[in-house]
Amino acid sequence: MVEQGHPDDQTGDGAVYRVAGALTITRAATTQREIDALPDPLTIDLSEVERMDTVGAWIVYRTVRDRHAKLIGASGDETSLLREVANFDNPARVHPEQAGGVTRTLMELGEWVAETGRTLLGLLGFFGATLIGFANVIRRPRRFRLNAVVTRFDVVGVRALGIIGLMSFLIGIVIAQQGAVQLAQFGAEVYTINLIGRITVRELGVLMTAIMVAGRSGSAFAAQLGTMKITEEIDAMRTIGVSPVEALVLPRMMASILMMPLLGFWAIVTALLGGGIFVWLELGYPPMTYIQRLQEVIPMTDLWIALIKAPVFGFIIALAGCFQGMQVEGNSEEVGSRTTTAVVQSIFLVIVLDAVFAVFFSSIGWK
Amino acid sequence: MTKPKDCDPVITVKGLRNSFGEQVVHDNLDLTVCRGEILAVVGGSGTGKSVLLRSIIGLQTPDAGEIEVLGENMVNRTEDEAKNIRRRWGILFQNGALFSTLTVAENVEVPIREYFPFITPPLLDEIASYKIAMGGLPPDAGPKFPSELSGGMVKRAGIARALALDPELLFLDEPTAGLDPIAAAAFDELILSLQKRLGLTVFVITHDLDTLHSICDRIAVLADKKVLGVGTIPELLALDHPWIQEYFNGPRGRAAAASYEHEVTA
Repeated sequence: MVEQGHPDDQTGDGAVYRVAGALTITRAATTQREIDALPDPLTIDLSEVERMDTVGAWIVYRTVRDRHAKLIGASGDETSLLREVANFDNPARVHPEQAGGVTRTLMELGEWVAETGRTLLGLLGFFGATLIGFANVIRRPRRFRLNAVVTRFDVVGVRALGIIGLMSFLIGIVIAQQGAVQLAQFGAEVYTINLIGRITVRELGVLMTAIMVAGRSGSAFAAQLGTMKITEEIDAMRTIGVSPVEALVLPRMMASILMMPLLGFWAIVTALLGGGIFVWLELGYPPMTYIQRLQEVIPMTDLWIALIKAPVFGFIIALAGCFQGMQVEGNSEEVGSRTTTAVVQSIFLVIVLDAVFAVFFSSIGWK
Repeated sequence: MTKPKDCDPVITVKGLRNSFGEQVVHDNLDLTVCRGEILAVVGGSGTGKSVLLRSIIGLQTPDAGEIEVLGENMVNRTEDEAKNIRRRWGILFQNGALFSTLTVAENVEVPIREYFPFITPPLLDEIASYKIAMGGLPPDAGPKFPSELSGGMVKRAGIARALALDPELLFLDEPTAGLDPIAAAAFDELILSLQKRLGLTVFVITHDLDTLHSICDRIAVLADKKVLGVGTIPELLALDHPWIQEYFNGPRGRAAAASYEHEVTA
C-alpha cells in the first residue's frame, strides 16, 4: 500500500516531492524525513495521492507554511482538508514552562517549606476539628453513628486478629531462639524467659501491632477518604448537612484508639505463646514453669505501659490516615502518594513517641 | 428498516448476551454498523448502552454472541490481533478517562507514540497541538493537567485523544453531555466534517436530541434487552413503540425536531 515518493525528481527550480498512494499517519515519520532532506524551493505534487488523513494534511500544510513549498495536483477533497487543518493552526503550548537550575531548586525549596507549614497548620486544624466532633457527639449522643463504629471495629480489629496473631507468634519464637543462642554462652538460658516476657510486653507487642495497624488500616483510611474526596462524596455529605468528621473520621478514630490496646494485648499473648512453645520444645522448660517465671519477672507496670501506649499509637495512626485522606485534591495519583505519606508518617511518629514513652516511664521509676 | 442495501459492515454484533449475575442486560442482541455512517444508540437508563459499547471494544467479555469490528473477531481474540484494530479506532469515554499524570498534550501523544514511535518530537508536538485545537480547546490547555480542566474541557481533551490516530472508526460515549450548546453544536459539526472528509464511521451513544437530528444517519433504539429498531427518526416513529414515541415526541423531542426543520428549510 505504501508507495515511496520520488524525492530525487529534480527539475530546474528545486525539488519535486511526489506522493503516491496513502499519505497518512502510517507514513508520517518517513514522509517528514524525506521532505526534510529535500532542498528549497520545494514543490509537492499530490496528484497521485489516494488517501490523505489529517496528519498527512498537516505535514503538507506545515511544509507549505514553513518552507513556502508550492502545492500542485491537490483534489477538491484534499484542498478542503488542507484548509480544515489550517484552521486549527493555533499553536498550543505543549510543554509546561520550567525555570532552570538554581531558580528551580530555590522554587522547589520554597514550595516544600510552604507545603510543610501548610501541612502542620492543617494537621492542627484537623486535630481541632476532630476534638470538636468528639465534643458534639458527646453533647448530642444521638449523632453517634453506632453502625459505622461497629463496622470499623470489625475491619480494624477483628479482621486483623489473624495476621497480627501470626506475626507476633513468629516474633515470639524469633526472640526466644536468638535470646537462647546468646544467653547460652553465659549458661544463662533460663533468662530467655525474662527476655521474652519483658521485651514483648513492654515494647514489641504494641509497637509491632502499631506498625501493622498503620500499614493495614492507616493506609485504608487515607485511601478511602481520598477516593471519597475525588468522587465528591465528601462534598455531597457536607451539602446534605452531614459532617464528614463525625460520619467518617470519628468512627475510624474510635476504632483505631479502642482496637489498638486490644490488638496489642492479643499480640503480647500470642508472642508469649510462641516464645513459650520454643522454650518448651528447645530448652525443655515445661509450660507451667514458663508461666510461673513470667509472673515473677514481668512487673505489672510493663502491661500498663503497653496499654497506655496502645491507644496513643492508635490515635496517631488514625489522625495521620484520615488527615492525609482529607488532603487529597485533584487526581487519583494523589490518593496513592497521600496513602504512602500517611503510612510513613504514622510509623515514624509511632516510633518517635515510643522512644519518648520509654524515657518517660523509665524516669518515673517504672523499670 | 434493517440496514441499507449497500452496507459494508464495520461492526457486526450477532446474538449478543450480557449479564451481571442474575441481571440480564442484553439477550440475543443484533446490530450492524455500516462504513461511513454515523450511528447513534439511544435507550433509557440501564438499558445497557455503555455495556454494549464495552462489549464491542472488547472491555467486556459477553456471555454469548459474536462481535466483529473492522472484519476482526472481538471475542476470544489474542492481544496481537487486538492491537491491529486498536490503532484503527478512537474512543471517547463518558468521563474523558484522561491519564491524570500526563498533560493534555501528552495524553494526545500517547497513542501516537505507542504506534508510531519514529515520528520526530517537533512533528509530534505539532500534531498534538492541532489535535487539541481540533477538539476545540484553547492553546493554553496543552500543558495543563486533567485535574486543572473543567468538565467540558476534559471531554474535549478526550476527543482530541480519540482523534489522535485519525481513526476510521470513532466510538463516542455521550460526547456532548456536559458541553454548552455552542460547543455541542461545534462538536456535531466537527464530527460531520471529519466523517465526510475522512470517511469516518461513528458509533455514538447520545441523548442529545439535537445531535440525533442533525448528524446521525441512523439511530438504534435499545430496549427490552435488544435493539428495538434501527433507522431514521421517521422510520423509528413508524414502529409505534411507546418508548420511542415518548422519546421523540416528548416536549424536548418536538422542540429539537422543530428547530432542526427550521434550520433545514431556512
